[in-house]
This record gives sequence, structure tokens and C-alpha cells, in this order.
Amino acid sequence: MSGIVKPYGDTMDDGKVQLSFTLPIEWSEAADEAARQLVTKMGFSDVQVVEGRRIAQGFSFFVVYASSTQGIDFSTVKAPSAKTHAMSMEEVDAFVRDRFGRKIRIAGACIGTDAHTVGIDAILNMKGYKGDYGLERYHMFETFNLGSQVAVEDFVRFAKEHAVDALLASQVVTQKGSDITNFTALAELLEAERIRDRVVLICGGPRVTNLMASELGYDAGFGRGTVPSEVAAFVATTLAERQATA
Amino acid sequence: MELRIDQGTVDRCRALAATIVEPVSAFIAAHSTVAVERSALRLLGVDGVSADEIPIPNLIVDSLNPGDRSRGVALAFGKALAETGLDPRTLGDAIGDGSYTIAEFAHVPDAAARGALRPFVDTALAKIRGRRAERDERLSRLPQNAPPLLYVIVASGNIYEDRTAAVAAAEAGAQIIAVIRSTGQSLLDFVPYGPTTEGFGGTYATQANFKIMREALDEVSERLGRYVMLTNYASGLCMPEIASMAALERLDMLLNDSMYGILFRDINMKRTFVDQHFSRMLNALSGIIINTGEDNYLTTADAVEQAPAVLASQFINEEFAHRAGLPDKQIGLGDAYEINPDLQDGFLYQVAQAQLTRQVFPEAPLKYMPPTKHMTGDIFKGHLIDAMFNLTSVMTNQTIHLLGMLTEAIHTPFLGDRILAIDNAKYVMNTARHFGEEITFKPDGIIERRAQAVLTDCEALLHRVADMGLMNSIEGALFADVSRPPDGGRGFDGVFARSSDYWNPFEDALQAVTA
Repeated sequence: MSGIVKPYGDTMDDGKVQLSFTLPIEWSEAADEAARQLVTKMGFSDVQVVEGRRIAQGFSFFVVYASSTQGIDFSTVKAPSAKTHAMSMEEVDAFVRDRFGRKIRIAGACIGTDAHTVGIDAILNMKGYKGDYGLERYHMFETFNLGSQVAVEDFVRFAKEHAVDALLASQVVTQKGSDITNFTALAELLEAERIRDRVVLICGGPRVTNLMASELGYDAGFGRGTVPSEVAAFVATTLAERQATA
Repeated sequence: MELRIDQGTVDRCRALAATIVEPVSAFIAAHSTVAVERSALRLLGVDGVSADEIPIPNLIVDSLNPGDRSRGVALAFGKALAETGLDPRTLGDAIGDGSYTIAEFAHVPDAAARGALRPFVDTALAKIRGRRAERDERLSRLPQNAPPLLYVIVASGNIYEDRTAAVAAAEAGAQIIAVIRSTGQSLLDFVPYGPTTEGFGGTYATQANFKIMREALDEVSERLGRYVMLTNYASGLCMPEIASMAALERLDMLLNDSMYGILFRDINMKRTFVDQHFSRMLNALSGIIINTGEDNYLTTADAVEQAPAVLASQFINEEFAHRAGLPDKQIGLGDAYEINPDLQDGFLYQVAQAQLTRQVFPEAPLKYMPPTKHMTGDIFKGHLIDAMFNLTSVMTNQTIHLLGMLTEAIHTPFLGDRILAIDNAKYVMNTARHFGEEITFKPDGIIERRAQAVLTDCEALLHRVADMGLMNSIEGALFADVSRPPDGGRGFDGVFARSSDYWNPFEDALQAVTA
């Protein structure tokens, strides 16, 4: 079997995709045709504009089905996951007790102006997420949830003053790349303060991927659907690996 | 479609809310805040920023010595008005550029200050009444479609892009436009100035931005033959100032909760209680409908467990609002459709809660908030959940209906997302328009039992709050599992005790109007 994959409609390699978008033009038959030509220019074939209509003065909305002319060789795709060490809360606690004999100190915050603590709360708060208890419930973690709108400078100062082992930075708002800007500022400040190597640095948020995190200089990134034990296991095993190589 | 619920429990809940709010009212009456004082200056006409971009109202209030501040900024400012003979805006600018300081007019008698202020106070009140009359005239000439009123948000960060989105949404059927604020504005202890084109997750609330959006919506209202309402946020550290700007620019609704900022933004509770009272007095005069924020209890904790807390907060919000002079028809109590979609019979619980709220607060223009917490990148499922939310709203006669977006979990709405949401609601609310009138609840069925259980648990919670006192209850994490100390949080340094001769001319006038 070839390693090249294409979208699947109802037949192997038919390449079928659905698209929907708005164009800033008044609807007409020519608008439908413009949508068809645009999608063709995107590199799709068999383009069918199945819905096209006026949605407001000067705006039209389209639903389009088309076939992708491109495929991807899946064997060349690399996107390492940070969720490789599955452990339960009890296992993580036992692991930390055994390897470190002390509590791991973890601080989390929604950095920059972001006020949406839903992600960091899901990971840290005792209650947890999807029935998976938050890090506050772990016996062998000492956690600090600094909450929302924490300046990067304050977060780094806190990390230094409390000799934190791991930092969790959360961003939900992504408008105009504010998440990337804030994540980058945090990583750079930790470097400048010469404590980057002393901490496990993790970012999280609905749009975060582990690949993006590694590109930003983070040890891991956790996206949508992450449960607290996945983060806990990563922190514990990463610190243990570092201790072993030190 | 009526739930059989125990009216005696409802009456006891209301009485408990009064018991809870009474001691807080006494605290409010004995205190003011920097934001209340800045609001008084704004109503007088003080505006603009200094060369260092500091808003003039902040500059003046911050320049008062503690003694003058405890008497209210009006007296000190009135003295300067009396002596200089300038109008408030010009005097503010002159203080802003350093030509005058408030302190140099300390010798002017109080009576002269009061006399100098009177015409400007009268002008401000007349202007607010005029704005209200304009709204009434437009609403009668350009009638809205029947509720639930479709409410959408715009949030590009750029007021001019927001204007485009708002007009498009209005044309598609939106009846209320809310301009979401830039994330973080609630924690600014000043109101930014002028039109703004940069923001994160929203657009700064400024008086200039209010004016730009109001003009655009007035224009589209005339074109469509129906009045399109405008909403912003009187929350955070500048509640009363936003309320005064909104009154002057004819906003129609304001998000305005008596406890939201305390619990979810860590704003000091004393600051919030004093600020919400003055802002609600202003809203009462300007005819602005407040929207309370009970949806936040449900997004931060389990919606099934938190249902009694939502109802308890609604009773408390209602009591605070009544004490500020707001009539029921201006109290848009909040609720939300946030139960986990995987829960069997979750829809029945949603209907129970929505109908319970409707019956307990029959005259209130209830604000119903869409699912957010359980929305994911699966936009197709999200669109379906939104449809169930729309059905619940039309069945139970909600008034203000914030539309759910299929892309809720992904980004601030695209123009097309908003139209799909409006189309969804229009379809569901048309096809099921009179459904609620055609059905009855099974006596003692799942829905009725759930509603009565929520009501019973709400009474128990209000009892606990009444026993502990509201401030101690908040410290004891009785609301939303969040603990806030009475003297902690942001903005506490802006709260101060009133001296025995404290004077705020607007408060006097508003009390007379709303009594």
C-alpha cells in the first residue's frame, strides 16, 4: 500500500473535502463562479459550489465540495506527543516519592492579558477535568495557581523566589498571535535570568501543539483534551530523566 | 407550560436576599470610590487625557487630599468652577495641563461650589433623560421583533471592523450588538480615550467607540425599520464610569453584576458593591437594561451542581438592583445552557432551570447565555448543541438571547459564523414559536422535580449566606468555590469612607428620581 494519503469521501483517494467561506462581494451568479474559480486556484479539482447566498450587504457565503489534488506521505510526518508516559495519579505520586523523596513544585498561570483560566484550572484545580483529578490533589506536588493576567516578569520572579521545578503557562486567547508573543517572552526571560535549564517549561491551551511548543523552546505543549495526569506524568518523568543525566 | 413550584419557597428566598443585602447597603451608603467620583466628573462633562495620556477624571480625583476626597470630588471641583467661571470640560483641561490645581481653590465656600455645579448637574441629567426619550421614540417607531431578542458579539479589536460586523449581523437579524472588551480592560483603573483599533479578544470600551457604534446602528435601524440595541460592559474597576458614558451615548444594555468582578476577576468586594450601586442608579435613570453574569458560575464549575448558586445569585442581584432603583423590566438576570452534553436528560435539566428562572422572575428580561464550556473544535456538533439551546430559549420565553457560535472554542466569531448562528436561531425559533404554549409538564416528572430541588437547595444556600453575612460568605467560598477576602483583591485602595458632609450631586438627584 502506498504511503500517500488523501482525504476520503466514499472512495479511496477521491480526495473529497468540504470548505465554507465568506467573500466580501454581493451575491450573484458571478459570485458563485468566483468562488468556484478561487477554490480551483487553491489547487482543488472537481469544484462544486453547493451553496452560495447573500448573507449581508456586500457579503456572500459559500459551501463548496472539491477534490484535493495533493496527498501526503504519512511515513514522513513527525509530530511527537508529550503524552507518552501514561501514569495514574497514584503511580505519579509513587514515582516522585521514589525518585525524588520530596514534593515537586509546580506553578501555573494564564500569562499576559489573558483572563481565561479554564485551561490552567482544569489541569491544576483539585477537581480536575473529565474525571481526572487536578495536580493540587497529588500528594507529591506542591502547586501554585497564580490565576489570570499574570505578567511574564511576575511569573519568572515567582519561579525564582519559590524554587519552582515546573512552569505551566496557559493561553486561550490567540488573536493576532498574542499567545505566541507571550509564550516567547516567557521562554526568553527564563533564558535571560539563567533559570531556563532548571525548570520544566510547559505551555498549554486549546490551540497549542507539542510540535509548536518545541519550536518555541518549551519542553512540551499540551492542547485540547489534555487531562491533568498526562501533564503530571510528563513533569515527573522529565525531571527524573534530567536527574539521571545530571 | 407551567412548573408547579412552591411559591412559599420563592417568597422566602426573596426575603432572605433582602436580609443578605441589607448590611451591605449600609456599607455602601457610608463609602465611595475613586470610580464613583470619576463618574461624577464625567457626567459634569470632564473628559480627555493629559499629555501623559492620563484621563483627566483620574488626574483630578488622584490629586485630592484624603480629607477633600472623603467629602466627594464634586465640592472640590465645584470650588474651582465657581472661582474660575470656566465650564467643566475647559476647567478639566486646564487642570490637566497644569494651569490650575484643585488645592488652590480650597478657600472657596461650599455654597459657592454647590451653586456653580447646579447648572451642569441639571444639564447632565437633562441629557440623560433626552437620550432615554430618544430610545423610547425609536423603539415605538422602529419596533423590535418578538423576543427572544437575538444578541451577538463583535470582538475584532478594531472598532471600525466591529462596525462592519455589527451592521452585517443586524441585517441578518441580530437585534442586539455587544462589543466585547479587550481582555484585561476590566482590570484597568481608568477608561481609555478615543477611537481604538488595537485590542486582544475584543475592543476597548471608550466613549468615542460607543459613539461610532451607536451611529452605525442608528443608521442600520432606520434602514431595517427595527431598532438595533447596543451593549457594553459596566464591570471591572470602572463600572460607574462606563455607566455614565453609556447613558450619554445611548447604549441600551450593560453587563452589570453585583458579584461577578469579585469572584471571577479578583476585584475587591467593597469596591464592587459600592461601584455597582452607583452604576445601577445611573442605569435606572438612563433606562439601560442590566445583564447579570450568572453564566460564569456554570462555566467554571459543574452546571448541574451550581444550579442553586445561579438562582441564589439571581435573587441577590435582583435585590441589589431594586435598591438602586431599577425596575424589574430593566433587570436582565443571567442564566446559561452549560450542562455537559454527555449527560442523559441534560436537556430536561436545562429546560427545568430556564423555566424555573422564567417563573421566579416573571417580569425580568432574562438573559440566556449559550453553551461555551463544552464546545469543541467539532463545529458540526457545536451547531447542533446551539440548536438545542435555541429551542430551550424559545420554549421558556427567554428575553435576551446571546447566540451560540459553532466556532465558540476556536476563535472570536467570523462574519460568516455569526450569520450561521442567526440562521440557526431564526429557524428553530420560527419552527417552534408556540411550542411552549402547547405542552404541559408531567406532574412530578423529571423536569418538575429538578426545578423544585434547585429551588429548595437555593433557599438552603441563601440561609447559609444570610447567617454568615454576604462578605464572609464570599470569603468562605460559598459562591463558585472561589474565596475572596473583604479587604483583598484589586481596587481596594480606591475605596474610602464618606465624611459626614460627603456630597455627590448626582446621587442626590438619582435617589430623588428613582425613589
